[in-house]
Amino acid sequence: MNVRALMAHRFAGLTVVSAIVIVLPFFFPSAYYYRLAGLVLIFGLAAVGLNLLMGFAGQVSLGHAGFLGIGGYSVAIGATYLAAPPWLCILGGAALSGLVAFCVGRPILRLKGHYLAVATLGFGVLVTIVLTNEATWTGGPDGMTVPRLMLFAWPVHGADAWYWIAAITFLIGGTLALNLGDSPTGRALKAIQDSEVASSMLGIDVSYQKLVIFVISAVFVSIAGSYLALFNGHITPDISGFLRSIELVTIVVLGGMGSIVGSLLGATILVVLPQTLTVLHEYEDMAFGLILMGFMILLRQGIVPSLMGWFAGRRS
Amino acid sequence: MAEFLQFLSSGLTVGSVYALVALGFTLIYNASNVINFAQGEFVMLGGMSTVFLALAGVPLPIAALIAVIVTTAIGLALYRFAIEPARDASAVSLIMITIGASIFLRGLAQVVFDKRFHSLPMIFGAEPLRIGGAAVLPQSLVVLGGATTIVLLLWAFIDRTILGKAVIATAVNRLAARLVGIDTRRIIGLSFAISAAIGAVAGVLVTPITLTSYDVGTLLAVKAFAAAMLGGIGSALGAVVGGLVLGMLEAFSAGYISSKYKDAVAFIVLLAVLLAMPRGLLGRGKIERV
Repeated sequence: MNVRALMAHRFAGLTVVSAIVIVLPFFFPSAYYYRLAGLVLIFGLAAVGLNLLMGFAGQVSLGHAGFLGIGGYSVAIGATYLAAPPWLCILGGAALSGLVAFCVGRPILRLKGHYLAVATLGFGVLVTIVLTNEATWTGGPDGMTVPRLMLFAWPVHGADAWYWIAAITFLIGGTLALNLGDSPTGRALKAIQDSEVASSMLGIDVSYQKLVIFVISAVFVSIAGSYLALFNGHITPDISGFLRSIELVTIVVLGGMGSIVGSLLGATILVVLPQTLTVLHEYEDMAFGLILMGFMILLRQGIVPSLMGWFAGRRS
Repeated sequence: MAEFLQFLSSGLTVGSVYALVALGFTLIYNASNVINFAQGEFVMLGGMSTVFLALAGVPLPIAALIAVIVTTAIGLALYRFAIEPARDASAVSLIMITIGASIFLRGLAQVVFDKRFHSLPMIFGAEPLRIGGAAVLPQSLVVLGGATTIVLLLWAFIDRTILGKAVIATAVNRLAARLVGIDTRRIIGLSFAISAAIGAVAGVLVTPITLTSYDVGTLLAVKAFAAAMLGGIGSALGAVVGGLVLGMLEAFSAGYISSKYKDAVAFIVLLAVLLAMPRGLLGRGKIERV
């Protein structure tokens, strides 16, 4: 196989990512970098989930952080009040998110374009309001502490352990997402993205396929939310807020819709950039806004698709 | 009854601000298909600039005028330097650009102004009027009157002037508008300028009641977006109706149900309306061609 064929293989990107994930820790000067990289991978996982919906099915959600919240609070509440082991809570949260996505998705996925965006936005806002106001369970706006994750009786602590857990989960999630893209569902979704009417004429059950991908994407985001809560050891309703949802959409669009590697790249930028920009003090927000605008104006397809198109254009 | 009138007046006041911002949303969306999430920042800029000009000793009416002009210029700059260069980008990319712009403007306000809450003096004093047992601030009537004036002026401009008809033509079909000699880029720029001006005026009018700070824009943009969708996107009347309905829903659910869940009630009604009428209250249907 020559280099170009290797590059074109659908797992090429993910293989490069796993190589980087293994090599990168050798260059980490302190535990802080493990923490940062862990956050990148967790947000990357959430973005891959949202990307399934946005990139594969072309449906925009402005409320996906609601599922981060459901996943996160499942762990916090389950472990605190029901004394359930955290790993079970992660699965329980994922199942709950899937169920909620199923119930919410069935009616609202009939809406199109910006109407779907505003409906999902409403969903995210509702989750945040419930988490903020049901203070007896959630601790209200101040949030609650989250117990430590136990893996086979070993308590997981330290950013390095979390780095590896997040990395493995991200790679599994990325592989699943790539396979999904080439499955009958993935192909059906691509058709739906081009034209809903035409694909329903071809016998594709449009609403069923959209619902399936909505549920799967909610499960991805929920797991990322559980990880985030366990990793930070503390959770507040901000996790499901509108700004978090916007952050997820930004990661997906910045990296490139439909690109798994792009989602990780977008997450890297959105996690690392604010940390670096703190040196600018009060100019931080201005700089961040300008950089975001600049990226979207210059690389309007998102980073990965734009660069791939640029390379392909140069070669031919 | 007094209670009802009380909630009605506060709902109409907040609602007319939502209506104005939603109207700005609609203008920009119709001309350029851009959902402008920086719309709320125009309201913030209008309010904050007036506050700080007034603090610097500029008389209030002149401060308000300068604030509106500055905000309009920023609206034009947003179009010229951020939207125009990316005009063939996808809808989502354009939304991301406006979100970037909104973060930028918020950061700018932090640097130029500060992070505290500010208010303006009420034009006709703070002594509430008694209307049917309800206490209504004179400033609420100023907001209502101002909003009505703006809506009427905008309607007259769109319906009665050649330039206004060019705006409609651009909204209906940009290519056809260009073919009959309309400079559509200038029309889109004009829409951004008018939207920014409307937002700034809303900011000046409502600041004495609701206060303002560098970060009030996001929530306003979300509410106005919801209002515009509730009314049916692309419909100017829908934006006004949507804004008023949303404001009243919030006021009545805060009063009769629970102030903690007022936003929840508003969004549940929004979801219910969209499920029953997928194109909003006054939106028109669009058929997908294959």
